[in-house]
Amino acid sequence: MSVIKTEDLTYTYSIGTPFEKTAVDNVSLEIEEGALVGIIGHTGSGKSTLIQHFNGLVKPTSGKIYIDGEDIWGKDVKIRDVRFKVGLVFQYPEYQIFEETVYKDIAFGPKNMGLPEEEIDRRIKETAELVGLHKDNLYKSPFELSGGQKRRVAIAGVMAMEPKVLILDEPTAGLDPKGRDKILGQIKEYHQQKKSTVLLVSHSMEDVAKFADKILVMNKAKVFCYEDTPDVFKRAEELTQIGLAVPQVTRVFNRLRQSGIDIRTDVYTTEFARKTILEYLAKRGESNA
Amino acid sequence: MLKDITIGQYFPGNSVVHRLDPRFKIIITGVLIAMLFSADSFIGLGVGVIFLLISFLLSQIPFKLMLKSLKPIVPIILFTSVLNIFFLEGVTIFKLGFLKITVEGLRTSAFMIIRIIALIMGSSLLTYTTSPITLTDAIERLLSPLKKIKLPVHELAMMMTIALRFIPTLIEETDKIMSAQKARGADMESGSLLQRAKALTPILIPLFVSAFRRAEELALAMECRCYQGGDGRTRLRQLHSSGADYFALGLSIVFFDLVLLLNCLMG
Repeated sequence: MSVIKTEDLTYTYSIGTPFEKTAVDNVSLEIEEGALVGIIGHTGSGKSTLIQHFNGLVKPTSGKIYIDGEDIWGKDVKIRDVRFKVGLVFQYPEYQIFEETVYKDIAFGPKNMGLPEEEIDRRIKETAELVGLHKDNLYKSPFELSGGQKRRVAIAGVMAMEPKVLILDEPTAGLDPKGRDKILGQIKEYHQQKKSTVLLVSHSMEDVAKFADKILVMNKAKVFCYEDTPDVFKRAEELTQIGLAVPQVTRVFNRLRQSGIDIRTDVYTTEFARKTILEYLAKRGESNA
Repeated sequence: MLKDITIGQYFPGNSVVHRLDPRFKIIITGVLIAMLFSADSFIGLGVGVIFLLISFLLSQIPFKLMLKSLKPIVPIILFTSVLNIFFLEGVTIFKLGFLKITVEGLRTSAFMIIRIIALIMGSSLLTYTTSPITLTDAIERLLSPLKKIKLPVHELAMMMTIALRFIPTLIEETDKIMSAQKARGADMESGSLLQRAKALTPILIPLFVSAFRRAEELALAMECRCYQGGDGRTRLRQLHSSGADYFALGLSIVFFDLVLLLNCLMG
């Protein structure tokens, strides 16, 4: 069963003023339970607004959202419970940290859920380890930590709520390549450990290509496509047309193809590129022999 | 919700009123306020209102927008009019228990309502037709004689400019932090007053932290560009006064005189 389902979801800002703008336009979509989905699109393509619908922070102008088959704006649904089910990590989440210690800050979400002390303690220790926070840091003030570490604290704060769906809005923005890979790796690990659904909003095709099973491409407030990762990159040309950069390796393979070399183009990671080239060379060696 | 608050509610345009020198506009607004306060009859008040309506029509500000600026003072208007209607002694025209309505009460409350509305409309007209930055520029120039008594006029104006500049930024930031804490299950809408006050901590602390961070960054950026205050500083936008400005000022003074004259005649 799909964990998130939307029907003709539309959201329009500032209705009736000159600034009226449709940020999400007629989106119907089903996200399967347990998937790791990458969401890409330009700034202003509506991806941030879309994900804020999933945990009820934004109420749609029209259309419906179902989480676990339940209409979240239905009569008997408490929107707060939806937020515990769908955890959302905002962009630059380190700016929402407020507690005296890292431990207390991670505890904020689980405490709001009304969990017992021991359970909260277990979750904090588990998530802290998962995101690579050292035990000694748990009792420090979060404001003493480095930027990258603060980001981990903030992400752990949402992970500790153990939501069924975890959504992260550009979790790697402003990090160096090493920190980026590390955080993405930890998110993937969380996904595998908890078997939860993870949605990852990103600007970087490379990141999404490396980690996501499926990709949702947003363009001008609409869903451009929602397919398995390899299938999305088969459409490299269309993606380039709507102004999204495909991964560099994919571009190389497209150029090879254009210059008359008979090679597949749904290549989007360097590892797979290596394999493809070796295969191709082996094949050519055979036919030459 | 937070985005609906407008401070520095500039409405861009290119009307005669928009183009007036902001220094003159401030002075004229002052004259208008003096007019409204010194008028002690309906006719005198009417003269002030006519002056206001002329400027309003010339400014091409939509009427709807003007009404919006009056919304926040509706409680004040209601409060003063109720006080005036029921508690002024005079010729009674209606009585119910201890409540009574008098002719004088009705008159005074109508007078007060018109005066308050005109005051708010007048000052809104100033902020609708003048961008906040121009406004602080003009205030700086108007206050510059006070430099002689060692008042840091430029610094004060700069502080005002920066404060105005950061209001929308901080509102946006508050919105974002609120969403983020709500996503973590923060409950701000229910509970006792104390609980609700406590629920503000997760919003206020990050907001303060980010305000300090922004201030530090801004100070550094200003220093990098060798900012050193008002001495010897030239301006990008020079304020020029023209014939139209003097004409408008003259007109406002004529109206003011008219009000004073009416006061003498009626009194």
